[in-house]
Amino acid sequence: MSYEPVIGLEVHVQMSTDSKIFCTCSNKFGAEPNTNVCPVCLGMPGVLPVLNEKVVEYTVKAGLALNCQIRSKSVFARKNYFYPDLPKAYQISQYELPICEHGYIDIELEDGTQKRIGITRIHIEEDAGKLNHEAGCSLVDLNRTGTPLMEIVSEPDLRSAEEAKAYLMKLKTILEYVEVSDCNMEEGSMRCDANVSIRPDSNAPFGTRAEIKNVNSFRNVERAIKYEQKRQEKVLNEGGKIVQETRLFNADTGITASMRGKEDAHDYRYFPDPDLVPIVLEDKFIDDLKAWMPELPDAKLARFMSEYGLSGMDADFLVSAKAYGQYFEQAVKAHNNPKAVCNWIMGELMRRLNDKQCTIFEAGISPENLAEIVKLIDEGKISGNIAKQVFDETAETGKKPADIVAEKGLVQNSNEDELEAIVKQVLDANPAETERFKGGEVKLQGFFMGQIMKASKGKANPAVVAPLLKKLTS
Amino acid sequence: MSQTVSKKDVLHIATLARLKFDDEQAERFTNDLNNILGYIDKLNELNTDNIEPTSHALDIYTVTRPDKAEASLSNEDAIRNAPQSENGMFRVPKVIE
Ligand SMILES: [Zn+2]
Repeated sequence: MSYEPVIGLEVHVQMSTDSKIFCTCSNKFGAEPNTNVCPVCLGMPGVLPVLNEKVVEYTVKAGLALNCQIRSKSVFARKNYFYPDLPKAYQISQYELPICEHGYIDIELEDGTQKRIGITRIHIEEDAGKLNHEAGCSLVDLNRTGTPLMEIVSEPDLRSAEEAKAYLMKLKTILEYVEVSDCNMEEGSMRCDANVSIRPDSNAPFGTRAEIKNVNSFRNVERAIKYEQKRQEKVLNEGGKIVQETRLFNADTGITASMRGKEDAHDYRYFPDPDLVPIVLEDKFIDDLKAWMPELPDAKLARFMSEYGLSGMDADFLVSAKAYGQYFEQAVKAHNNPKAVCNWIMGELMRRLNDKQCTIFEAGISPENLAEIVKLIDEGKISGNIAKQVFDETAETGKKPADIVAEKGLVQNSNEDELEAIVKQVLDANPAETERFKGGEVKLQGFFMGQIMKASKGKANPAVVAPLLKKLTS
Repeated sequence: MSQTVSKKDVLHIATLARLKFDDEQAERFTNDLNNILGYIDKLNELNTDNIEPTSHALDIYTVTRPDKAEASLSNEDAIRNAPQSENGMFRVPKVIE
């Protein structure tokens, strides 16, 4: 029997503020253990948490970008549970009155159609500390305690592991656009729990769900959901029943395992936090943030296709990271050949980003320099092959492409007399191939062009060479 | 008076709060809690239609501070009160996920 999975995601996103949510400790990642801590985030008695204004701003920005309604009044609540990474024995969160509600993201499915995924709510909360498990004990580092988080809860609208991944990637892109988080799953600044259930068909009521914790990469989200789906199918096919439980995904083994003994853990006894007064947002505050909103990925995609005549695939790539689009537009401003600029970004520049593990603006080649390379090709001054050489040299030295071309004498050769001599030389050196080519073996065209380029050290202008080759072999 | 809290409820809440009660204590707290809740029940006699639920009695809202990082405690001070520590971290009995 086959089943349809029903998936909802709870995504925790660390906000990239300078200080923590309720105290002035630094919010930087990677400090020595317990050095970014103070009485407030250590949970000492008698301290008073004071809300960081940026946390409200960032969450509302995210809410607007995710098409949410912003509540004019929201309230902090205490979520009570015991765990050594939580020094107060409660987490300050939001429960009944979250700051954002009723949003959505449109994702693109594999068949090219769009699907709208509902966002139930976004609420503000504080992160917990980090536990290091050793033999016989656990060691607690509270640097992360009090890192501002937003928890983004989706509706159970996702129907496959692939949809879940597409949703997460879109979410990440949007949050990067509004600059509220760096959304690095590997470093834990974006973390995901998945609620998974299955049902016999799309009209059946939802089945009992399992909550899968600890899914920390896009690939693992897919793996964890697929595994869980199979596990539940097996249970039902063998006549068993799904139990509502929390399961932990193990990235090494690829399986999910029940976290037994956590049944009580969901009894959190929420109540309004008396230390923190409600957040009341004025219309002007929200309107100002609406006015601030940058162009978001969907709008940018449509504009790139219409304004620059790019294909959906090209535009999709360029909007997948805010910086790519910025880089592209800066380059096109310097030299108006959008398609060629896009190809260079997707090809040579991405190769370099992978090699150097850097961001697009750190790769050593400015948009203006990339534009200049494309311009040199378009003007017939250098060949595509030479351009790659110039690209590498510009990236390494920071010199202007035109200067490199002049300095190294890389200007493309369009001189018919000189090129004719080279073509003749190549034909003479390959008598057998020349005979076959003359005899009609068209595919040797590539061979000869390659040899001619080689003989001219990549400088021969193919547009001049091709007719010469034809003339001399007919 | 009606029993709104059972002894079972009391023991459950005690477990969640990591408290251990003997039988006599559990009985007493069940009784006390029912008395308290019975008293609070009186509030139900008031008409609260059209009254927004109150989470805070103070008439102040949106108290925030600028996002500015300042110095934290030294690691030495941070772990000074810990019964056990190791490598600048708090050492606790092993917890298994
Ligand atoms: Zn602190």
